[in-house]
Amino acid sequence: MNSNFEKGGKFYWLHSTVDAFETFLHVPGTVTKKGSHVRDSIDLKRILILVVIAAVPAALFGMWNVGYQHGLAVGDLRLNIIGNWWYGFLRVLPLYLVSYIVGLGIEFASCQIRGEEVSEGYLVSGFFIPLIVPVDIPLWMLGVAVAFAVIFGKEVFGGTGMNIVNPAILTRAFLFFSYPNYMSGSDCWIHYKPTEQLVDGFTGATPLALDGASAQYGTGFWDLFIGTVPGSVGETSVIAILLGAVILLWTGIASWKIMVGGVLGVLFVGGIGDLAGITTIPCYMQLLYGGFAFGIVFMATDPVTSAQTECGKWIYGFLIGALCITVRLFNPGYAEGMMLAILLCNVFAPLIDHVVISTHISRREKKLKTA
Amino acid sequence: MSQTFVLKKGLNIPIAGEAELRVSKTIAPGIVAVKPTDFKGFLPRLLVKEGDPVLCGSPVAADKKNADILLTSPVSGTVKEIVRGEKRKLLAILIESDGKRQCVDFGAKDASQLDAAQVREALLQSGLWPWLIQRPYGILANPEVRPRDIFVSTFSTAPLSADAAFCFGSELAAAQAGICALTKLTDGKVYVGLDGNAASSAFAGLKHCELNTFRGPHPAGNVGVQISHIAPIRKEDTVWTVSLAGLVAIGKLFTTGKYDVRRKVAVTGPMALQPSYVDALPGTPMQDLAAFFGNTPAEQLRVISGDVLSGTSVGAAGYLGYFDNQVTILREGTDQELLGWIRPFRFNQFSADRSYFSWLLPKKKYAMSTNLHGGPRAFLMNDGYYAKVLPMDLYPVYLAKACLAGDIEKMEKFGIYEVLPEDLATCEFVDPSKNNIQAMIEQGIDLMLKEMA
Repeated sequence: MNSNFEKGGKFYWLHSTVDAFETFLHVPGTVTKKGSHVRDSIDLKRILILVVIAAVPAALFGMWNVGYQHGLAVGDLRLNIIGNWWYGFLRVLPLYLVSYIVGLGIEFASCQIRGEEVSEGYLVSGFFIPLIVPVDIPLWMLGVAVAFAVIFGKEVFGGTGMNIVNPAILTRAFLFFSYPNYMSGSDCWIHYKPTEQLVDGFTGATPLALDGASAQYGTGFWDLFIGTVPGSVGETSVIAILLGAVILLWTGIASWKIMVGGVLGVLFVGGIGDLAGITTIPCYMQLLYGGFAFGIVFMATDPVTSAQTECGKWIYGFLIGALCITVRLFNPGYAEGMMLAILLCNVFAPLIDHVVISTHISRREKKLKTA
Repeated sequence: MSQTFVLKKGLNIPIAGEAELRVSKTIAPGIVAVKPTDFKGFLPRLLVKEGDPVLCGSPVAADKKNADILLTSPVSGTVKEIVRGEKRKLLAILIESDGKRQCVDFGAKDASQLDAAQVREALLQSGLWPWLIQRPYGILANPEVRPRDIFVSTFSTAPLSADAAFCFGSELAAAQAGICALTKLTDGKVYVGLDGNAASSAFAGLKHCELNTFRGPHPAGNVGVQISHIAPIRKEDTVWTVSLAGLVAIGKLFTTGKYDVRRKVAVTGPMALQPSYVDALPGTPMQDLAAFFGNTPAEQLRVISGDVLSGTSVGAAGYLGYFDNQVTILREGTDQELLGWIRPFRFNQFSADRSYFSWLLPKKKYAMSTNLHGGPRAFLMNDGYYAKVLPMDLYPVYLAKACLAGDIEKMEKFGIYEVLPEDLATCEFVDPSKNNIQAMIEQGIDLMLKEMA
């Protein structure tokens, strides 16, 4: 049956798609042709599936939290853990379906056009996208945003590995600037039906947007650390994200330099803000708020769009942390700055690398001349 | 001033099939091949025709650009066949041996009493000149040039490589004579790299040269890596390198007056039956090694002249390369592995990556095959992923991309003068995107050669 898909066969135009499913089933029997005759058993499928596995705890927690927040909002806490999770799962599943159907569809089509094997890159982006949007985002908006991000963020540059900005972040940015009413404020973060009776003093605002107003959920250290607060689906639980971070750091897929740099950046600007009296939030609490944890662990460390050089990773991570808090503290219009910080630093990463490499090379040349 | 360099970066590839330290066979090949394609930068002009008698050391081909550079026959006998490829490209000169080993006598001389012109003359005449490789670019050395320095590495860290002490430990006198000859050819120094991974190096007693010790995983034994730590090559520099086999052959020319390139060759690899050493000549047919292949059909085997990282696939009907003292036999990995990429454990597959568990079994040797273990993709992992297996002060991915783009300015900046493809072989091995990094570097070097000519 395969012969139809080979060169000259009836369905040759579908060969990328067939390849994709075939190599999904088994490691292909292709052999080395040039250069090293033996190769490491690592491939991108393995690396990227590990990234997805690392994000699973955050996704599972996020689904539970959707149910839990709904329960809090309507004052009905009868559901147990499984019940809450199932409630959330049913709300998040459509987001996943839209993300993968739209994204993978475009990815397959463009690989087909380029005549390349389908790359696994979107498996990861597609898994992240539902985790960084509000649960109540209309599905058609998500579909439009995914299409925009995959086509203009990735495929026009040549596909996975060639993109300048992270497609998942770009999806979120597109939604944020195109449909701000659905992406900020206090109405989008908690799922409830218009007909449902809400508790007295209900607010759907995230902790970042609260000015000490009463809320049905706590905003203390442990609430934020465990993640029982409203927010984008997967971003709230720092502990679930840290589990993922351990996997990514242990396997070496994500750079610890970026993560540590990011934390230092947050503490630096957060500390200045605290000392100067701009904010009353202690700087370490900034690490727990909003999308910082999810962003620095899963988004900023994307090897394609982050800085490539070792020294550059420190700078890149630090800048993300610092910019994120700068937006939080000095921009009254928008409570969270992580998305914009990553987007901006994605764009600046090649420049950071260029400076690091040029400095390194000219220093080395000077050393050689004097030697 | 001798130093010890401890190199942390690199990767020893744990492949099964190391050769036992014994010579299992002395091969007196019926036919040997002189392959001009073994010599990068050599444009052959034939000096013999089919049926001509030759002696061991008689010239069979000369370089078109520099007629003094000769290739000579390693055996005495008659020219049997001239093998040509597409566009009549000269591929090999097959010489039928008469088994008598009659040699041209170049006259034994004390190299330390000769001047530069006499040494050069002796090397050119005897056909040993092509052992001198010029860096940058890894091409034939130009006899008109006096190099800044000459470098010799006395060991190899490549997978399953022949044990230098076993192969050449008994030829110290010849190696010393070789060094004496090389010192005449440069105004700088002759640098000799010693194996720091062994308890002591057999070559630590060499004189008239600077000895440096290198300890660390592959490619610590690569002469290019050693140069970059001792005295990096800059744009205006020319240095030469000689392999240990070449050094010994040069030494023997002066001590015995003969062209003698016979050496021990390690027959290795997971598919080699009883891997061990044979005594052979460059250009020995692989068919003479058939005893090592076992009963596996030839099409299921890959026979490599050289090591698994940078060697040439010559096939069971091919010939040993001029510079190689190793043959590696692998299985062609055409089998498919069900859901291999997602299995948590693949104990029979090696990976340097932490997403597998090979690190739990540091002593295990793997029966590797030629399977690519994945599909080709664009570079996705960042530079540091590759740099950790490259003990040079370089950005490997930037260099490879500059070569792909053909951007000469960037290639210079990222260090094209310092590398040969073999130096980045470990980067190619670990690449999850399965790029042919060595071929990219080769492409860059070829472009430099074309533009700089």
